[in-house]
Amino acid sequence: MLEVHGVSKTFDGFTAVDGVDFSIARGEIAAVIGPNGAGKSTFFNLITGHLRPDVGRILLKQRDITGAPPHRICLMGMGRSFQRTNIFPKLTVFENVQAAFITHRRCGANFWGLSDRLYRAETDALLASLGLADKANALSGALSHGNQKQVELGIALACDPEILLLDEPTAGMSAAETRETIRLLQRIAAERSLTLLFTEHDMEVVFSIAQKIAVLHQGRLIAEGKPEAVQQNADVRRVYLGERQ
Amino acid sequence: MFEFSFLFGQFLGGLTAAMFLFLIASGLSLIFGVLRVLNFAHGSFYMIGAYLAWQFVRAIAPAPEGFWLAALAAALSIALLGGILERALLRHLYSREELYQLLFTYALVLILGDLAKIVWGTQQLSVSRPPSLAGSSEVFGVTIPHYNLFIMVLGPAIAIGFWYILQRTALGRIVRAAALDRETLGALGANVGWIYTGMFMLGSFLAGLGGALVTPIKSIVPGMDVEIIVEAFIVVVIGGLGSFWGTFLGALIYGQVLSFGILIFPRFSIFAVSVLMAAILIVRPWGLLGRPLK
Amino acid sequence: MKRIPWTIVVLAALLLVPFIGSRFYTFVATDIVIVSLFAMSLNLLLGYTGLVSFGHAAYFGIGAYTCALLMKSANAPFLSSLLAAGLVAGTFALLFGFFCVRLTRIYFAMLTLAFAQIVWAICFKWNGVTGGEQGLPNVPYPGMEWMGSVPVLGNFRVGDHFYLMALVIVAVCFAGLRRIVDSPFGRVLTVIRDNPERAQFIGVNVRAYQLAAFVVAGFFAGISGGLFGIFNRGVFPDFAFWTKSAEPLIMTILGGMGSFWGPAVGAAAFIVLNQQITSYTEYWPLTMGTVLIVLLFVFPGGIAGTLTGIVARLRARASPSATTVPVSEPGVVKPNA
Repeated sequence: MLEVHGVSKTFDGFTAVDGVDFSIARGEIAAVIGPNGAGKSTFFNLITGHLRPDVGRILLKQRDITGAPPHRICLMGMGRSFQRTNIFPKLTVFENVQAAFITHRRCGANFWGLSDRLYRAETDALLASLGLADKANALSGALSHGNQKQVELGIALACDPEILLLDEPTAGMSAAETRETIRLLQRIAAERSLTLLFTEHDMEVVFSIAQKIAVLHQGRLIAEGKPEAVQQNADVRRVYLGERQ
Repeated sequence: MFEFSFLFGQFLGGLTAAMFLFLIASGLSLIFGVLRVLNFAHGSFYMIGAYLAWQFVRAIAPAPEGFWLAALAAALSIALLGGILERALLRHLYSREELYQLLFTYALVLILGDLAKIVWGTQQLSVSRPPSLAGSSEVFGVTIPHYNLFIMVLGPAIAIGFWYILQRTALGRIVRAAALDRETLGALGANVGWIYTGMFMLGSFLAGLGGALVTPIKSIVPGMDVEIIVEAFIVVVIGGLGSFWGTFLGALIYGQVLSFGILIFPRFSIFAVSVLMAAILIVRPWGLLGRPLK
Repeated sequence: MKRIPWTIVVLAALLLVPFIGSRFYTFVATDIVIVSLFAMSLNLLLGYTGLVSFGHAAYFGIGAYTCALLMKSANAPFLSSLLAAGLVAGTFALLFGFFCVRLTRIYFAMLTLAFAQIVWAICFKWNGVTGGEQGLPNVPYPGMEWMGSVPVLGNFRVGDHFYLMALVIVAVCFAGLRRIVDSPFGRVLTVIRDNPERAQFIGVNVRAYQLAAFVVAGFFAGISGGLFGIFNRGVFPDFAFWTKSAEPLIMTILGGMGSFWGPAVGAAAFIVLNQQITSYTEYWPLTMGTVLIVLLFVFPGGIAGTLTGIVARLRARASPSATTVPVSEPGVVKPNA
């Protein structure tokens, strides 16, 4: 589904991502972890086209997307949610998701129709599946953090992605909200046969649903594989737990 | 026409103009660099600084070197004006969209422009050069007024002085930090509010000083505010918004463009300003020495 | 209060202005109608796409010159000239906008300003075509003799005839703008305004849409310029000067960015205020500046925003059990605003 080959990115002499090779198969759920500053966000930004890698190639469904503009990558079937909630605060929840349907189905060039009428059924359905139906007419900017994250997910899902990138989906959530979100993600991934790639700091989350884990440290990929293997990996333990044993 | 002395004279003219532009543009750049506000009213501060200098010179009339005192007083008054405006009004707009801040400074241009007309009328006013610098010398066949020489030296002196303060002192470090990250600085205990006010006052001081010092060379007229602000924008764009030495460089370049541009393209000098600005913004928006706005 | 079709009411009222029989009222009404189109065109950029342009007067000026030149020198029919004005202005908007949308925020604003100044300089200097500093005086009225034979309208003066024509044209333009704003395209614009980064990642080519908005705005500005040139009986370089760009900005803030009709209301208020103040004092800039500051600090939503707020509060008090509808913040687009 997604292949990353030898990708690097340097900012002003600081190497944020250094020669990373990574791949994820269709339907897999993978996580990218690493201490702060390891380059996880940069890595994501490189995949989604917000940044252009200095070297290396990125392939989505065997098509080269290296350096392609973000909107094109999105239309090819990649969705993304952001670490800091990134929604349309002045629109209602309904309008947020409806807008995503409109743009993704490429109706944006329509100067004549009435946007209000488009995709009402699909939007309602999606909101219902996310449990946001009762908040459909609320201003999204006024919602709680957890709800905003749900809206964010809704926007990403409205784009009918085949692969979904989630940047710290449970950041700032309570334990209960985190469990909710994980269950929601698992259900949706199963329903839509999604491929999921996410970054996380919460190790419980990672080990509960990830089928494959990649560990970044100072821009380099130091381990990759099944959760149990990664847990046993000496390098990973050193990076996370310090110079013990 | 291309005699050396003539060219040299043009060059010096451009240099003098550049130094005045630098004074004003550096204030503009400073305010933008720290407060992220593009102050349209900067030209108005310049103009009122000029009018105040004229006023103070008349008040101190008998004293021969009164000009210096008047200029200083004018600059300080503008600094005070800037401080009051920032404290009372501008600061409430920081949390709002940029458009509101821009419109606020534009409103100031309208108000200050008319206030100047009300107080000082629309006649041209002028100030004579201070006796100590009333003379002139001949250099390379060009007669240079001593006052202009003084300006040509003052400009770099102020530049170096500021650079020193910004780079080498604790105060300068705080200012640079404030430009980069307001919230963190606040968390560290620095009183960001007063830093902003201080910076605005300093920038205004420079504009007022520029206006005061230009009076022996140019007459004071309504409309000088709009004229100078557009030129200051260009200088700051050429050099890079927020970059100190960029502003200096931009002023030097623009001063010479003005000076020689009129010779080479007399019909197109009216375009020079806008075309130059457009060209820089298209090709290299962050100017020569600036950093991209992101 | 609720279901009164205000649009129809206002349109009817405007249609009746010539019946008052006052040259002055017709004059002011024409001014308001034409300039409100200018302000509304800017709001497509400002309120709906979130782009602050300081050079919108460029397209106003280009439209004015195009229409005047075609009618004066080429004797072209009015409607074609007007359409051409819009198209030429739109084309320049495409050219300039291409460079402008690659920049953001302050830089965008400054480049729009630079382009406007270039247009002004060209108009100022190109004596052969634009008449240079003198501009193009004596722009002819469109041929309106056919109006003389229409029963009611036959009694009106030329000024009234032109007013009615302008009113109809502007009304059609407003209908078009309304449709555009309610369309999916319009929705994408507000999405871009709210969060351009996120918009990218729902598949929006942000720059392309911004450019499209820029062109549409330029088109309508050109039409209003064409109309204004005729109304003003002459076209002059300062139509494109950057301080002229500030006027629709102020009108939009005055009326309220957040609603469709805000800028039109603002234009009306601005012109009426201008008429009143300039008859007492020459210090119009001082007054305008003060009004602007009061607006910025006390009434950021403008006239429309403040009125909507008051109405919402009255409604809430009248029926406290009703579910609260979110109050529109400046910049929010509601289809039935």
